[in-house]
Amino acid sequence: MVTQKITIEPVTRIEGHAKVTIHMNPDGKVERAYLHVNEFRGFEKFCEGRMVFEMPLITPRICGICPVSHHLASSKAGDELYGCPPPRTAVLLRELMHMGQIIQSHGMHFFELAGPDLLLGFDADPAIRNVVGLIQANPELTVKAVNLRKFGQEIIHTVAGRRIHPTFSVPGGVNKTLKTDDRDYILANLDESIATLQVGISIIKSWAEKNREDIDKFAVFPSGYFGMVTPDNALELYDGNIRLIDSQGNQLEKFDGRKYLDYILEHVENWSYLKFPYYKKLGYPAGVYRVGPLGRLNIAEKITTPLADAELKLFKALNHGLPVENTLYYHYARLIEGLFAAEKVRELLDDPDILGEDILNTQKDFKGEGVGLIEAPRGTLIHHYWANPNGQITKVNLIVSTGHNNWAMSNAVDSVAKTYVTGPVVQEGMLNRVEAAIRAYDPCLSCSTHAVGQMPLTIEVMDSQGNLTQTLSRDAN
Amino acid sequence: MAKPKVSSDWMAGCAGCHMSLLDMDERILQVVELVDLRSTPITDLKVPDEKGVDVGILEGGINNTANEEVAHRMRSRCSILVALGDCAVFGGVPAMRNFFTIEESLRRAYVETESTEPGSKIPDDPELCVPTRVRSLQEVVPVDIFVPGCPPDADTIFYVLSELAQGRRPVLKGDKLSWQ
Repeated sequence: MVTQKITIEPVTRIEGHAKVTIHMNPDGKVERAYLHVNEFRGFEKFCEGRMVFEMPLITPRICGICPVSHHLASSKAGDELYGCPPPRTAVLLRELMHMGQIIQSHGMHFFELAGPDLLLGFDADPAIRNVVGLIQANPELTVKAVNLRKFGQEIIHTVAGRRIHPTFSVPGGVNKTLKTDDRDYILANLDESIATLQVGISIIKSWAEKNREDIDKFAVFPSGYFGMVTPDNALELYDGNIRLIDSQGNQLEKFDGRKYLDYILEHVENWSYLKFPYYKKLGYPAGVYRVGPLGRLNIAEKITTPLADAELKLFKALNHGLPVENTLYYHYARLIEGLFAAEKVRELLDDPDILGEDILNTQKDFKGEGVGLIEAPRGTLIHHYWANPNGQITKVNLIVSTGHNNWAMSNAVDSVAKTYVTGPVVQEGMLNRVEAAIRAYDPCLSCSTHAVGQMPLTIEVMDSQGNLTQTLSRDAN
Repeated sequence: MAKPKVSSDWMAGCAGCHMSLLDMDERILQVVELVDLRSTPITDLKVPDEKGVDVGILEGGINNTANEEVAHRMRSRCSILVALGDCAVFGGVPAMRNFFTIEESLRRAYVETESTEPGSKIPDDPELCVPTRVRSLQEVVPVDIFVPGCPPDADTIFYVLSELAQGRRPVLKGDKLSWQ
């Protein structure tokens, strides 16, 4: 039987390196589509022999989009391993820095990476379907978006001294206090950022209304949902237990994330360098789940800040209180989280302890093993270290946010390809939708390929003998 | 004069250099006035124009066969090649992998890690690239301009781009040459 294969390489407007292959039968129908994450870097091996205190400096180089997540998860693993819980002020400052990162990452994703699809259209000319096209189409909105990202980055810079790859958090605390002027500088720009996030929310809501059909047929599928919550099941991004629910919203587990090995395993497929985590008790693939904004808003029963909580109620109503399954609602969930992060910035800055000077616990009770977890912008991030009594790393295990979503992204690619791609002549816009399925998850493939990283687009339709029958290219020519 | 065409891509790095490029904030609006942005990871053209671009920018070192292709294609299609950031300039943190064999690194990730299913095998599907020793960009293709830093800061990147856009060769010294 003659089957054809389409390759999309690289996938663009996502972080990292991946390609998609779409296998089609002779009738021009999609049989199966695969997302291949195509890079391996090896952090889990080459950190062996390094000192634990170096890890918060080395591991942010896993990802330049969310370096703060790795910086903090690594410091938290160090807190545990050295047995030196940080003082309250240090915890508040770390959380403030983390909120800065959520705002910049979510803001950038919505406006600069996914925005061109939503605002210019999936079928827009690929030569202008990007942030430059956005600048031309809507300069006022683009300036707002640039300023939103800047605000998040400036929080990180103000708190930690550096926007990308900071050196601020250390096992036991942090190395710099926050001054009154710094606090006031952040506060001065907060209202504008909240307003921009609200503009984003109104954009995605009106887009969803106008594109009802896409929302309802674009990779809608059941799965479990996984992420951090407060003790009373409110949204939590810095520290808390992990909650796992099934596709109907029933709680399967609520556990101390440091015991993750009792609950999750990673499956390996031969066609991807990215592993596939799942809930151990249900096995693979029955135990797969989704993380990140959609996952977190599905497991959270409420949000502790008023504006985001009001929006969460509307989100929950989308599927009548049951988990929201639509891949495209990731964009809406992401902005609700951005709004929460901005409101949380105010809450943190209003806490008098944030200006405290007790920022480092130097009393150690050495344990030799530590797990640090955080809700990175893209989902739950786990750093697990073992060290010898000199504090030298002997083993490292990392489970990174995008990894948890690997099954979901692969399934979304397959589902969107089957829904939108038809032969014999394939249109570029069909394939852009396949990429958009991946983009909705905002994958960070550098992160996920810590272990492994690459996304490139030439589409070649081949017959089973490997003969080229059609070439579609996003090449400029 | 037509605006200079600029393409960029990322290889074995972390995307942090491209994020630092975005860290020029509102000046990014000036940059898009000055240059014609072609294929980049944040636009939808996938590869540099076959007819060539004026400036090619690569972030990251080369650690697999796919990166080798990216580096060679960019070199053959651009007039001036910029190595952006420590990984492109000398390998950076990912080059720490060279202290181990590739087999050891792969085994740790796909076979030995505590959370991996027992009995798992290292992925080797023909669709996947093959890992290699980690190299800086100039070990693979000739480089015209080196911009170190992890990442280089936004002011430096803005300076480099605006000089190139105006047909001048940027000179990195003083405040602009940082190894941080």
